[in-house]
Amino acid sequence: MEGTRERRRAGIRRGLPFGIAVFAISVSFGVLARPVMGPVAPIVMSILVFSGAAQFGALAVLIAGGGAGAAIAAGVLLNARYLAMGLALAPSLRGRAPSRAAFALPLVDASWAAASRGDGTFDPWYLVGVSIPQYVGWVLGTAIGVLIGPRLGDPNALGLDALFPAFFIVLLFEEVRGRRRLAAAAGGAGIALVLTPLVPAGLPILAAAAAAVAASKMRS
Amino acid sequence: MTSVWLVIAALALATAALKLAGPLALGGTPLRPGALSVVELLASALLAALIVVETFGKGRSLVLDARVLGAAFAGVAVWRRAPMIVVVLGAAAVTALARLLS
Repeated sequence: MEGTRERRRAGIRRGLPFGIAVFAISVSFGVLARPVMGPVAPIVMSILVFSGAAQFGALAVLIAGGGAGAAIAAGVLLNARYLAMGLALAPSLRGRAPSRAAFALPLVDASWAAASRGDGTFDPWYLVGVSIPQYVGWVLGTAIGVLIGPRLGDPNALGLDALFPAFFIVLLFEEVRGRRRLAAAAGGAGIALVLTPLVPAGLPILAAAAAAVAASKMRS
Repeated sequence: MTSVWLVIAALALATAALKLAGPLALGGTPLRPGALSVVELLASALLAALIVVETFGKGRSLVLDARVLGAAFAGVAVWRRAPMIVVVLGAAAVTALARLLS
């Protein structure tokens, strides 16, 4: 068994390319958020929330003129997957409550996927390692986005809104292995497409979880 | 402006609560096999949903715009095993170029 420091270091190496990509995405978050939230709030949000999906989701609602309640609801629904990811991670965590919490808080999508051993268990130190470059990149990128934003002009003219789906395409490609995961992905995409015109933002993504339940009944 | 800080505080607390609920409520207790297989599939389903919403969604309507070309580029680049930064910045560049030309 490798030592914890080696596992964490291996995780950091694995997390570096994620950190660079996350940096680019958070620059776009800073640029897009500044006109709505001012210069300080986007950086504080990245430090405390550290979640691309929730931050972009809440920001989209605020940009569209929605209230704080709708923005919070969208962000919470987009992050509801962390409940499931935390439940999956829980059996792999040992020790007292504060130590389990310290491993669970740095949880983000890319780290969760990378730390999965493929048999339903997770490598906690590796997970923390993969998250470190992403956290640094996320906070630093937000600050730089807020600073350079006013000089950039229209962020959509630079294609910044396309960074986010591209990031998720990378994560999905690494995640989809085997027939059941492919079925879950196809079903999730279909549900989101059908529901987007029908229900408030955030709900289509949560409803896509039904595709995971359906696909789990398939034989692998 | 107060509402912005309310959103930040609520999302910070809710995100932490969602991450901590499992590990603090059931540390060391294995999940039932059925629940575990759903959990294994959740990331695929939700990531695919996020991609679709971020590519085609505009508020509560579906639109085809330059983002589709960016996402298509990302799909091909990922499939050809391009590094993540190339995929992500390339998608933005393709989208920006399509908007410039249209």
